[in-house]
Amino acid sequence: MKQTLKNIFFLGVKELRGLGRDYMLIVLIVYAFSLGIYITGNATSDTITRATVAIVDEDHSQLSERIFDSFFLPMFLPAEEISLDEIDPAMDEGKYTFVLVIPSNFEKDYLAGRKPEIQLNIDATRMSQAFSGGGYIQQMISREIAVFEHKGQLPQEPVKTVIRNRYNANLTQSWFKAVMQLVSNITMLAIILTGAALIRERENGTLEHLLVMPVTAFEIMFSKVWSMLLVVLAASMLSITVVIMQMMSVPVNGSLTLFAVGVALHLFAVTSLGIFLACIAQNMPQLGMLLILVLLPMQMLSGGSTPMESMPHWVQYVMQIAPTTHFVEFCQAILFRGAGLSVVWKPFVMLIVIGGVLFALSLQRFRKSVAQ
Amino acid sequence: MSKNTAGMIETPVVKLEHVSFRFGKTLALNDFSLEIAPRKLVGLIGPDGVGKSTMLSLITGARAMQSGEITVLGGDMRSKEHRNKVCPKIAYMPQGLGKNLYFTLTVEENLQFFGKLFGHDAAERRRRIDHLTRSTGLYNFLDRPAGKLSGGMKQKLGLCCALIHDPDLLVLDEPTTGVDPLARRQFWDLVDSVRIMQPQMTVIVATAYMDEAQRFEWLIAMDDGKILDTGTPEEIFEKTHCNNLDDAFIQLLPEEKRSGHSKLVVPPLPDEGKEVISIAAENLTKRFGSFTAVDHVSFRIREGEIFGFLGSNGCGKTTTMRMLTGLMTPTEGRAELFGSPIDAESMETRLRLGYMTQLFSLYNELTILQNLTLYARLYRIPEAEVANRVQEMMKRFQLEAYAQDTPQSLPLGIKQRLSLAAAVIHRPQILILDEPTSGVDPVARDLFWEMIIELSRRDRVTIFITTHFMNEAERCDRISLMHAGKSLACDTPAALVAERQAPTLEAAFIGYLEDADPASREKVVLEAVESSGSEKSSHKKWYQKLFANNSQSHFSLQRLLCCCWRENMELMRDPIRATLAIFGALLLMLVMGFGISMDVEDLTFAVLDRDGSGLSRNYALNIAGSRYFIEQPPLRDYDDLERRLRSGDLSVAIEIPPNFGQDLERGKTPEVAFWIDGAMPSRAETVNGYVSSLHRQWLEERQREHGTGVQSANAVAVETRYRYNPDVLSLPAMVPAVIPLLLMMIPAILAALAVVREKEMGSIINLYVTPLSRLEFMLGKQIPYVLFSLMSGAMLAAMAVTIFDVPVKGSALVLAVSLILYSMCSTGFGLLASSVTRSQIAVIFMTMLGTMLPAVQFCGMIDPVTAQEGAGRVIGTIYPTTYMLLISRGVFNKALGFGDLYWEILALAITVPIVIGCGVMFLKKQEK
Repeated sequence: MKQTLKNIFFLGVKELRGLGRDYMLIVLIVYAFSLGIYITGNATSDTITRATVAIVDEDHSQLSERIFDSFFLPMFLPAEEISLDEIDPAMDEGKYTFVLVIPSNFEKDYLAGRKPEIQLNIDATRMSQAFSGGGYIQQMISREIAVFEHKGQLPQEPVKTVIRNRYNANLTQSWFKAVMQLVSNITMLAIILTGAALIRERENGTLEHLLVMPVTAFEIMFSKVWSMLLVVLAASMLSITVVIMQMMSVPVNGSLTLFAVGVALHLFAVTSLGIFLACIAQNMPQLGMLLILVLLPMQMLSGGSTPMESMPHWVQYVMQIAPTTHFVEFCQAILFRGAGLSVVWKPFVMLIVIGGVLFALSLQRFRKSVAQ
Repeated sequence: MSKNTAGMIETPVVKLEHVSFRFGKTLALNDFSLEIAPRKLVGLIGPDGVGKSTMLSLITGARAMQSGEITVLGGDMRSKEHRNKVCPKIAYMPQGLGKNLYFTLTVEENLQFFGKLFGHDAAERRRRIDHLTRSTGLYNFLDRPAGKLSGGMKQKLGLCCALIHDPDLLVLDEPTTGVDPLARRQFWDLVDSVRIMQPQMTVIVATAYMDEAQRFEWLIAMDDGKILDTGTPEEIFEKTHCNNLDDAFIQLLPEEKRSGHSKLVVPPLPDEGKEVISIAAENLTKRFGSFTAVDHVSFRIREGEIFGFLGSNGCGKTTTMRMLTGLMTPTEGRAELFGSPIDAESMETRLRLGYMTQLFSLYNELTILQNLTLYARLYRIPEAEVANRVQEMMKRFQLEAYAQDTPQSLPLGIKQRLSLAAAVIHRPQILILDEPTSGVDPVARDLFWEMIIELSRRDRVTIFITTHFMNEAERCDRISLMHAGKSLACDTPAALVAERQAPTLEAAFIGYLEDADPASREKVVLEAVESSGSEKSSHKKWYQKLFANNSQSHFSLQRLLCCCWRENMELMRDPIRATLAIFGALLLMLVMGFGISMDVEDLTFAVLDRDGSGLSRNYALNIAGSRYFIEQPPLRDYDDLERRLRSGDLSVAIEIPPNFGQDLERGKTPEVAFWIDGAMPSRAETVNGYVSSLHRQWLEERQREHGTGVQSANAVAVETRYRYNPDVLSLPAMVPAVIPLLLMMIPAILAALAVVREKEMGSIINLYVTPLSRLEFMLGKQIPYVLFSLMSGAMLAAMAVTIFDVPVKGSALVLAVSLILYSMCSTGFGLLASSVTRSQIAVIFMTMLGTMLPAVQFCGMIDPVTAQEGAGRVIGTIYPTTYMLLISRGVFNKALGFGDLYWEILALAITVPIVIGCGVMFLKKQEK
């Protein structure tokens, strides 16, 4: 038992020393956990930011100009006026996401109660902006018309709504994006570090050599898990305290200790996944392919890019076996909602189970995969 | 003429003047000057790590010079132009087993590659390949992948590859290390016959075999980056008063290096009556498919015996050893260690076993000291003793000077010593050593044998050893001669010599082998004679061709295609990778096409109804009735609200104030509060939009029912048209976006490993020493991946049309052209990443960071580029995925053609040369 711990420790130290010699890798890790997160976090501030709008104004009335002037930054770039036959080429080119057509006699018809029609063209290929922007523009038009009718004042509604966004009052996108980028980089790095390192050891023959020494497969595997876990955990804690909390001033509501525990559990699961993939792949190029196959869905469908609720049910079920789904879940809970262990115990347990199963499966295949 | 001139007064082929070379703090060459006359067979001898390999790599131009002057074949090796001009005339075989080979390719394909690279036509290649392989005994293995060859066969193949283009200067760095005596003899016969056919050729050989050095016409003895002496073997014998080179070499060494060196005497193995058997094998057999690697081999080895395992390359020695260590399970028969059957899991057995593999298998990323310390600890040496034991080993194997170096930078001989030290550090009772002294200099070899004898005789360690050195075999108590998996004979060396009535053990050994394989002797001679005529006649033709094609042109399409062909072969050799890439892409498209959606449904909400009136219930019902929301049990109080929001059970909580119904009836404007979980802002905004519109809907409904004045907003209709995707389905929007994403990541990763893998495996040397230019190398590697990517793209497009029902509305031609350009960008990016990194791990990480992130985040897949800010905006603007996305969506969704998309296509077309140019720029044509 004592010898097992010692072997795990010494082999782990070896891993750390090996990593320390790959300067390029260190540069990449530093980039991924600092600048990489900063850039992504700050790239988009809101769902509708700087959306492009054009208006075909055939009325040129007071009302139509009021609508024209209602588009301004940060949500919209100032509206541009175009002519009717410019609509198709401009939209084909992707120049505008939204094009409003205000017909002639619009104001006159409105005042006469003839219910004129405004056409709103949306470029549906613009994904997020298209889907949430349409409703927003409709609301804007309604409001402008109401203000126009009440001579410059917003009319009294029979029921007021008060909307309070909890945990992120202004819905600042960068908070979420930065954290999700961290999640994604943690996962990617941990899988690559363990998986690729194992394949390299196998290709260099060092692994085979270890297997004739008094060292067990369990010890070899676990040494990789703890050492890479330590590296990535340290990088992520530095990233969250220095880059995310300090430089990007993202308020973190929950306990960082609990978060660190969660990250460690996640790392156990993904490093085990890395080892598992390395046991399946016969060489590095195959591992590269497997990594994409696993990482891309894990990142896109974990609930960090688009909400879990938007996915088909079968995808939601399948994604329960992906560690990232649980990581994203507890990240949001701990960091933003300030939740405690009583809330996040479920993803924690899931991560332990996923990691344990993958580790056990790899252990079974390990010897065979080395001494083929 | 300086004293270091090899032979006659003539313009030297190679001239070194005051050359110095440093690796960090170590001075490998120290103000080194040398001239080598043409048409000579020059031998380079000296202990390990004195700069022999460094000098050879500088002469061939594989390594960039630091200081001094080197003139080779009449030109300055500093000049890139001259290097390009002469490298087709230089052949270089680097040190190490098969460093210039491609392990997944067969023997035939490896030779074809080099033949094509030097511009031979198909018939010429066939003739040369047949000749070379027949002469070296590789002919029967033409279909075997190079990686599956034994060490010695790899060396032969390496030489064949070097010889295929009739060089003027042949540089061989320990070419016969690990090659069996028979093959070595064939090897030198081959070199001799080539020299007869090409008298103008100069050969420089570094070797550790002193018996080989005897056949050289000129010897250079080196030590510590300097020349000790030069001359013909006879002159050297005269100077040192020795009659063999082993002794002469030792005599030449400075006093302190040979101190303590004396002729080795092996004391007889004491016979103690009671025989303890340490290793026993009975009918041990291993088959790989139809190939029998080890065929019913039996032996019993006594405790303390030194048992030598000799045999031709590829005869099953290593396989037998792997079975003894438990790494491989025998197909048939049994083996015992310490009297009990081998148990692969037994830690007890492993502790008593020391094993040294043929290929270096210690950690390149650890220093010598760290390696030994790690092994000492893993072998459970008490912590207090570790440092002492490591010191002892370093002293014993003379590794102290290299304690802080990593093995990567050290010559083979030093690495072998390190492996040996690691194998004996725990004082095992059985030592299994697979060619432990290959590539080790004579002094170090004797030191090592001193230790072997001591271990065996004093500590009664059983030694199971393979070697190709006959003087070492003579020191064994018994030897077993193996050939083609079978044991030919097993006895004491003296008895074997006596039985064959041979003058030496080597002769006896060769005799046994020739008996077992009678064809081997005649072939060599016959082939050499038969081919000498045709070789001569074709020589001029080929030389002229070379001059016309290769020397003058910086860029040769033929070489590019050759590179492309080889990469393609490697791709084909790994069908699992190709299958993963193709079907992986399709699978990912399925998952992401169905999985990613902007349409958020099934949001959870709960109501804190503090009114409880009919109206308030009606309000809540309105929201519950929408397809977007799922109602949860009502909230009891603020604590409950807080708790359930925090736990993520609710996306939104709705608080209806007391007297809501009453106030509304009386026109008092009650306030409904929505508490939205803002942890994920995009979802919160969607929720925000939904509840606002549901709220308005409820008000309008109520107004209509009560007929209380038509609200102004209703007086204008807003007709929303979602262009290009009228039903607002996520699928038509996602599918065209997934194609560029996948075609960025997958080809990039595929290509990324291409160069770095060669760097790690060593075959990058071929770029350094052949006429191959960097551009030819890069483009040649790229083409197969581009084609692959196009195939994958076509399948993805077909899948979009058939399974997803997303038709190609616009010009398919535009899509095809852009995909070609885009694939060149993505594979180019992979190659760029691989030319700036050194390790496979780093390149995978870099490619993932460099493709997945920008492509998903900044290129308008979900958020348009115009909505990006800061560095993200810049990346989005220059990254090719942005333009491919516009083209893909344009063609699939918007029915666009060339006229609408020419700008995007142009953007891709501009990116291609930039990416490839950067890749070429960062790739080095010489080692530093």
